[in-house]
Amino acid sequence: MTKPHLELTGVHMAFDTPKGEFLALDNVNLKIRKGEFVSLIGHSGCGKSTVLNIVAGLLQATQGGCVLDGHEVNTPGPERAVVFQHHALMPWLTVYENVELAVNQVFRKTMSKAEKREWIMHNLALVNMQHAIDKRPGEISGGMAQRVGIARALSMKPSVLLMDEPFGALDALTRAHLQDALMSIQQELNSTVIMITHDVDEAVLLSDRIVMMTNGPAATVGEELTVELPRPRNRVTLADDATYVHCRQAVLSFLYEKQSFPAKSQPTRAEPDADTTGPTSSPALPETSADHAVEEVTKERAMA
Amino acid sequence: MSTITQSQNPSAVSRWLNALAERLSPQALTQTVRNLLLPAIGIGLFLAFWQLSAPQVETSLGSFPAPSDVWEQAGQLWQEHSSERERATRFVEMQEARNARILADNPDANVSIRPYPGAPTFFDQIGTSLVTVLSGFLLATVIAVPLGVVVGLNRHFAAAVNPLIQVFKPVSPLAWLPLVTMVVSATYVSDDPMFEKAFLTSMITVTLCSLWPTLINTSFGVAAVDPDLINVSRVLRLSFWTHTRKVVLPSSVPMIFTGLRVSLGIAWMVLIAAEMLAQNPGLGKFVWDEFQNGSSQSLSRIMVAVLTIGFIGFLLDRVMLVIQKKVAWNE
Repeated sequence: MTKPHLELTGVHMAFDTPKGEFLALDNVNLKIRKGEFVSLIGHSGCGKSTVLNIVAGLLQATQGGCVLDGHEVNTPGPERAVVFQHHALMPWLTVYENVELAVNQVFRKTMSKAEKREWIMHNLALVNMQHAIDKRPGEISGGMAQRVGIARALSMKPSVLLMDEPFGALDALTRAHLQDALMSIQQELNSTVIMITHDVDEAVLLSDRIVMMTNGPAATVGEELTVELPRPRNRVTLADDATYVHCRQAVLSFLYEKQSFPAKSQPTRAEPDADTTGPTSSPALPETSADHAVEEVTKERAMA
Repeated sequence: MSTITQSQNPSAVSRWLNALAERLSPQALTQTVRNLLLPAIGIGLFLAFWQLSAPQVETSLGSFPAPSDVWEQAGQLWQEHSSERERATRFVEMQEARNARILADNPDANVSIRPYPGAPTFFDQIGTSLVTVLSGFLLATVIAVPLGVVVGLNRHFAAAVNPLIQVFKPVSPLAWLPLVTMVVSATYVSDDPMFEKAFLTSMITVTLCSLWPTLINTSFGVAAVDPDLINVSRVLRLSFWTHTRKVVLPSSVPMIFTGLRVSLGIAWMVLIAAEMLAQNPGLGKFVWDEFQNGSSQSLSRIMVAVLTIGFIGFLLDRVMLVIQKKVAWNE
């Protein structure tokens, strides 16, 4: 097998809190090929964002590390562009100037003024935002702002595009539009993408591979699922495609049977019969999950 | 970029026309009337109350001035100002005529024009006060904004200077003034001084009292930059200077301006007290001199000064608001 494009090896992440050390990630291993679209899925608080921030270089793993194209990741950089959940555009700059800020910084020495302008417009055209270049983020909708956020990230020519729940703050229709836009852009540019999501359909529709994470604390990679669906994908025809349904079912089963929602294991509600109220029953719980539940109870008690 | 500005021009004109049409519509006119009517009623009632109650208050300088007395004295002050101006013009003209004669006799003669030696009028004093307050405020801004940025960026530095800020912030100008006077007298020694000592003393006192709101607001604004935006800056690997210039400063402009407005208000209040004691020839000195003068018109004239001070303070705040709207992105 060829050397992976991006590799996370034995990543541990512990945070210092007033209540002592909090182990967020425990031995996360992940290999990603070039041009692969990988989704990280898991319940909230399971450390998905922490993984992404470590790849971005915004956080430093306490043990283990991340290697991109043979170089260890220690600091943030434009080759690992991030699309944030809430667009993170500078509110005082126009759409054009927001992308310009990135382009001027990354291609300061390598592009002429005209080339830069063309490159900015090219990226805004990719996300269909050429019509609003003089608008400020406050004057456009959340979906449009997120498009610009994606354009800004793409304009850095990243070797990995990191997306932190990029569509989480948008309404369902806008989200579907942007997912389609992202699919066609990824098809065109063949970029490597790591996307965090907690939307099962989004994960199956967009990804080549879905990485499912166990519940925190001490979260790690639980299962991986390769989505063997041909591209381009169409959300309508896929709706009753057997592979699609199977993938969706596999992820759902991981999230709601093997990793029941963390809230259920809270000590205040952790009555023995609490789980039977849900559609998924507890007898099928594998050992790992039970261990986590126990750990969590002790953690909660320690914090109380 | 030129195409963008060109395409914006016609839209700007039409927007302006639309705004004008909106302003002239019947609904807008009733709205305007309503907006003007209530304040007018308020002012009218206040003036009536003042006119009726003022004569009841007897002082050693006669009864407290009613609005009519104040109005009369305002006219009087304007008269004094115009006649003084006339005299000054004549004084200069006379000298020019004399110089012309001297030069006609002897083209190599060394001629000069002495400035008019008359006392400053009320309106000259307003000018002096404005110059003093703006100099003090500018100096405060030049100190407070950069310092605030450093305090906001560096937690350790903030912790170190925070107690100092908290202690010096509430100090009254009157407490600073003697110290400032002594320090200025001792250090500002020059045969040909560029500034009056009284001016410097007043200005520095204004600076010392007015820099705190700007300093505190700037540091808060700088410390409160959206963490997402800071992460964007980190991903882009912006240098410290670019980060400060392109992310931190624009992001904190609204907070900085809020601080500047408060600072200017304080500067103006402090100035009057400082001028009274430092004898800087501004509005504060006018009030003090009238008080010492103790004529039957003194109280009316002081009241003119009080209203002028209030009105100028209001105007200064409005000017700051206009600048804020031009500069701040969230307005």
